[in-house]
Amino acid sequence: MSSKPATPRFDSPQQVADELAAVDYLSDHAIASTVFLSDRLQKPVLVEGPAGTGKTQLAKSVAELTGARLIRLQCYEGLDESKALYEWNYRKQLLRIQASQVGTGEGSLDWNELEEDIFDESFLLTRPLLEAIRAEDPVVLLIDEVDRVELETEALMLEILSEYQVSIPELGTVKAKQIPMVFLTSNNTRELSEALKRRCLFLHVGYPDVERERLIVETRVPGISQELAEQIAQIVRTLRSMDLKKVPSVSETIDWAQTLVVLGKDSISEEDTIATLHVLLKYQSDIERATAELTGTRR
Amino acid sequence: MLDVLNTFIVELRQAGLPVSLTEHVDAAAAITHVDIADRAVFKDVLRATLVKSEDHTAAFDLAFEVFFAPRSLGGEGDEASEDVSGELGDTPPDQTGLRGPGKGMGAGGGSTMSAEELAKMLEDAIRNDDATLRAQVAQQSVARFAGMEPGRPVGGTYYLYRTLRNLELDQLLEQLVEERRSLGGSMTPLQERLARDELGARIDGLKQAIEAEIRRRLVEDRGAEALARSVRKPLPEDIDVMHATRDEMATLQRALRPLSRKLAVRLARKRRHGRKGPLDFRQTVRRSLSTGGVPIDPRYRHPRPAKPEMIVIADISGSVASFARFTLHLVYAISSQFSKVRAFVFVDGIDEVTHFFDHSDDPGAAVSRINTEANVVWIDGHSDYGHAFRSFHERWGKDVNARTSVLILGDARNNYHASESWVIADLQARARHVYWLNPEPSSYWGSGDSIVGEYAPHCDRVVEVRTLRQLEQFVGELA
Repeated sequence: MSSKPATPRFDSPQQVADELAAVDYLSDHAIASTVFLSDRLQKPVLVEGPAGTGKTQLAKSVAELTGARLIRLQCYEGLDESKALYEWNYRKQLLRIQASQVGTGEGSLDWNELEEDIFDESFLLTRPLLEAIRAEDPVVLLIDEVDRVELETEALMLEILSEYQVSIPELGTVKAKQIPMVFLTSNNTRELSEALKRRCLFLHVGYPDVERERLIVETRVPGISQELAEQIAQIVRTLRSMDLKKVPSVSETIDWAQTLVVLGKDSISEEDTIATLHVLLKYQSDIERATAELTGTRR
Repeated sequence: MLDVLNTFIVELRQAGLPVSLTEHVDAAAAITHVDIADRAVFKDVLRATLVKSEDHTAAFDLAFEVFFAPRSLGGEGDEASEDVSGELGDTPPDQTGLRGPGKGMGAGGGSTMSAEELAKMLEDAIRNDDATLRAQVAQQSVARFAGMEPGRPVGGTYYLYRTLRNLELDQLLEQLVEERRSLGGSMTPLQERLARDELGARIDGLKQAIEAEIRRRLVEDRGAEALARSVRKPLPEDIDVMHATRDEMATLQRALRPLSRKLAVRLARKRRHGRKGPLDFRQTVRRSLSTGGVPIDPRYRHPRPAKPEMIVIADISGSVASFARFTLHLVYAISSQFSKVRAFVFVDGIDEVTHFFDHSDDPGAAVSRINTEANVVWIDGHSDYGHAFRSFHERWGKDVNARTSVLILGDARNNYHASESWVIADLQARARHVYWLNPEPSSYWGSGDSIVGEYAPHCDRVVEVRTLRQLEQFVGELA
């Protein structure tokens, strides 16, 4: 790893935190340290945590603050090599072969030349992973929801994640021109393979504490009163402590805050809370339970 | 420093964390890039490189707190100024024994603090959410109440209990809530709930500070490695369900939800990918147009294999009740993966409890209803597998068919009643599978009144399921 000297992007975890805050992403010390370390060790970061806690946003914000282009690979079941890495443009290859057959006589190529010709870079369709490796400009690679691909597909990524290179049998190995920052996100719907985890730094992004949540709401929802932000953060904490099917995520908190601001509230009463609870909670049984607990009429 | 890291990693492995050599190397490389005097950053860096699963964070945190405990006194906020490399776990601390109460106190406080002063300070710390004051309260109260004796090989739970009992924190919570109520005139239930949660969070902060203080003193007394051994806790997936404490049970319940989600995804995938469906002729021809009519890329229909039916028969007598509840909860959490789930519970009588789950989308609530409402006692409320099975066969035996998987939960401790194992044999003949999950270690099987051996020949598999890990593995293989 250390054989590839690259100019570090950050001087200290504190700098990461400050710069993230400047692009409206409020990190905590674990996030800042891990991003810092990822840059220094040139290792990808595996970001895990419940949905809606800003995992994807972290990659976007890091791209924004480093002035890099974000290349995103959205994972899904059935994702394969031709969608993630590269694909030969076989229609174009077919045309090339047909074109060579049309001009029989002088000017036609023999097979060997033709074969070399059709496995040329101009017949290669780059997909996100290869694109990130070949990019000349600084990029941030985001492999989103990596837990959705099958275990076998994970293996596609291993070479990129540890060596920053892609082997194409017909072309040879493509090495990265510069080491991109790589983020993988996971909602933890299945256990990732040991091989993948070993190559990554691990970062768990959970729900923020009251103080940080309030700051997030204040940053993300302009024009919100301090009192309202404070109340929102407290109510959300209380909701998260209940036994609900789906507790509110940070993005839902922000939605809720925006709703309340649009409604012109400076502070929130009990009735308002109950009336707008459906923004935060997505199951009827959750809403009923939360209403009962918040109004003190426990079942 | 590398030595400390080494012993630390050995401890992590002892606690069950799979730390590989690569990760060890990474951690060693990582700490050269940061200022290790900054304890918070140091911890983040080690965690990012060594821990690769959220479930293991708790074990890591505990080990870290023990190995790199802040030695000097002062508020928690001053951690940054401490030199971590000076806190080697393997060098004995120069000052042995524990400080007497008050001796070596940090700023503020003082050795002559009376009980009233401490109570006052405690109240202020919680009321104003004052971190410095909180740290002082933690120090003072541990010194005063814990009654720590040097050299005793304990994990500190007892000291924590003694300290907390003396502080009467529940009473303080009520008092402060009351204070707020009278301050603001009246309180809506919502405001009261919020105030309660806020104060509760502060008190939890204090409890943690006290725990940290006790740990720090224990490390000074006995050294990190010895302490790490006695405070080590099993990972959530390794907790023995049958003998779990209340705290451990809560941990298990928390682990259940992500686990059931994982299992559901895995089962759904497995069913879809198990085999290919028949050739989809229309799609194949359509695709072949782009390759000049040559069907290079054959397409298949999605297979739709039937979901299995599940019948769960669970012993809910005292000894295995928590295990049965737990497994029922899990089975229902993944019930979307089965075409039908029916649940029966027994002690010496047997009763169907499927309807508890039907009208509720919260398996947890349904499981707790079973305890109070199911009619499972026939004569004396001692397990009688034989009678329960016979009744099952009489009343519901005809419902078992070739699509049904039967899952029996219990330790087969039959109090020397008749086994009636012919019922199981009959079930096996008609059902798709019969599985038996036994929460006892397999070495105990067949000892005393355990007659699992009489049933085993008639089951497809008898599995020892003591921990979440074993349960997960079994369910994963099931469908």
